[in-house]
Amino acid sequence: MENTEIVSLRDVTVSFDGEIVLNHFNLSLRDGEFVTLLGPSGCGKTTTLRIIGGFVRPDSGDVFFGGKRITNLPPYQREVNTIFQKYALFPHLNVYDNVAFGMRIHRKSEDQVRSTVRDMLEMVNLGGFARRSVNQLSGGQQQRVAIARALANEPKVLLLDEPLGALDLKLRKDMQVELKRLQKQTGITFLFVTHDQEEALSMSDTVVVLDRGAIQQIGTPQDIYNEPKNAFVADFIGESNIIDGVMREDCLAEFAGRKFRCVDSGFAPDEPVDVVIRPEDIDIVAPDEEHLTGVVTGVNFRGVYFEIIVDVQGFKWMIQTTDYEKVGAKIGLSIQPDEIHIMRKSEYSGKFGDYSSFSDEMDEDAAAQGEEARG
Amino acid sequence: MKAKSASSPYLVWMAVFIIVPTALVFYFALTDRNGAFTLLNLRSVGQYSNVFLRSIWLGAVATAVCLLVGYPLALIIAHLSARRQNVLVMLVMLPMWMNFLLRTYAWMTLLEDSGLINRALAFFGLPAVHMINTQGAVVLGMVYNYIPYMILPLYSVLSKIDRSVVEAAQDLGADSKRVFLRVTLPLSMPGVVSGVTMVFVPAVSTFIISKMLGGGGNLLIGDLIEMQFLGSAYNPNLGSAISLVLMVLILICMGIMNQFDENGATEGGVLV
Repeated sequence: MENTEIVSLRDVTVSFDGEIVLNHFNLSLRDGEFVTLLGPSGCGKTTTLRIIGGFVRPDSGDVFFGGKRITNLPPYQREVNTIFQKYALFPHLNVYDNVAFGMRIHRKSEDQVRSTVRDMLEMVNLGGFARRSVNQLSGGQQQRVAIARALANEPKVLLLDEPLGALDLKLRKDMQVELKRLQKQTGITFLFVTHDQEEALSMSDTVVVLDRGAIQQIGTPQDIYNEPKNAFVADFIGESNIIDGVMREDCLAEFAGRKFRCVDSGFAPDEPVDVVIRPEDIDIVAPDEEHLTGVVTGVNFRGVYFEIIVDVQGFKWMIQTTDYEKVGAKIGLSIQPDEIHIMRKSEYSGKFGDYSSFSDEMDEDAAAQGEEARG
Repeated sequence: MKAKSASSPYLVWMAVFIIVPTALVFYFALTDRNGAFTLLNLRSVGQYSNVFLRSIWLGAVATAVCLLVGYPLALIIAHLSARRQNVLVMLVMLPMWMNFLLRTYAWMTLLEDSGLINRALAFFGLPAVHMINTQGAVVLGMVYNYIPYMILPLYSVLSKIDRSVVEAAQDLGADSKRVFLRVTLPLSMPGVVSGVTMVFVPAVSTFIISKMLGGGGNLLIGDLIEMQFLGSAYNPNLGSAISLVLMVLILICMGIMNQFDENGATEGGVLV
């Protein structure tokens, strides 16, 4: 990554009505990267985007663009463009005039406007739609118009504020692939905001996990998934069993009453740690003395796999497997050393990773999603 | 079925109070005193063309002033916090709760040659200004009485413009002047059209304002019609004919006006 830094936030603090949204926040984007800000609602990800777009002015700290300080520059003077959550197309203009808006503001010749608009609409697969009213378009088509409109302005950085949130699942998957393709094709830096971890993992070069206005971890999708820094990241990205443990010595962890070989080192002897084991990394074997054993308390069919909840000495583990096990069955759990990930204790320790209230969690998730859909 | 039967009282109401009176206007306009068909009434309307022109001119000036004064205010109100919006909208409507005649009388006492304004001018040693019984006074009366009808539809449209659309325009490089000209103004056209309609129509056909603030020299169509029904020149047939011509003229004006609202966007605006 020899690319130069294009946008950076330095020591930015923002508060709304006395509530701190970003606290001494630092972030740097390299030219040409696809960066995703990932976090639950209220974590400050949209605020970060709006600071770069110029719609929110930080209480303190600075914003730099290509090395220049732009903290006090109004939005219309910034070389970034935004895809808004609800597209924000101009309802009084047709598709063509929407895409042409930025170029006309910048006084490009109508010839140039015509050819660029045509190229942009081709690029987002809306070739024959130039004369349509934007009010007649479906959500996915409106989204494409918004993308074409922003890209027609030739921004150096494109800010995307949960652009796929309003689309249905199938369309969302298609648009993910398409956005990734557009980013590669144009080479523009994308800063993408989402609360959908799958989306973040599948699209990004770099994922920034946010919570409570602070960065929890920055890394490639693989890093974030395989080497989460704390219990929050481990829980937010995918499913995780997070177990209290003690690091006896390098590459030897003790949890659930047993000692396990692992691949992590650099901890103090007998340091208390959080142990992460992904549900898909656990193999079910016959119960014997060699293995951790538990009793199946719940089975969910999820299509490709089963989600099995196992009670291991009072702590509920989740296993994802293609093998069916009956509720009440006694099973053994086999875990390979490289599938055990050790994290230092953090403020999030003990808050995540136990599936004893799993069904409740599902209900809450469903309720939260319902609320979002309604909102 | 249910919706149909529920609408029947309104249909009856409309028939009795809109269709029948309109038909009566047509009938009187096209008949003479004895009830025989004639076009004489309509033909004699022509001699009042100067009154028509004056009415339309003064109505148009008053509408333009209302638009120029009302638009910025509506824009300001629409950008305030919700609570302040409510307070200001109430203040705009407050004068409408007082009797129309009373308000116009109040202006008379203010504008008279020996009225409050001139007395205040004299107090400061300034020369008196003749205001009452001028066209300016009539326009002032129209603006004062009808400006809420301009502000309210404008406010209602402006407050509904999606904030993110304005941000999108800024994001694409538009400064505040261009955001206004290219986004806010076009999106508020339905409000402009209904505001103009709601001010222009009553302003053109008013008779109280011109009578009280315009004196005898600034006769408007409304006064003319009133005279045919209640005044010395009692002639309901001519009065109906004048009303009919006025109605047609207003419909033409509205037709022209609606061309500005070509998107057919009727949301937020009040249809007339």
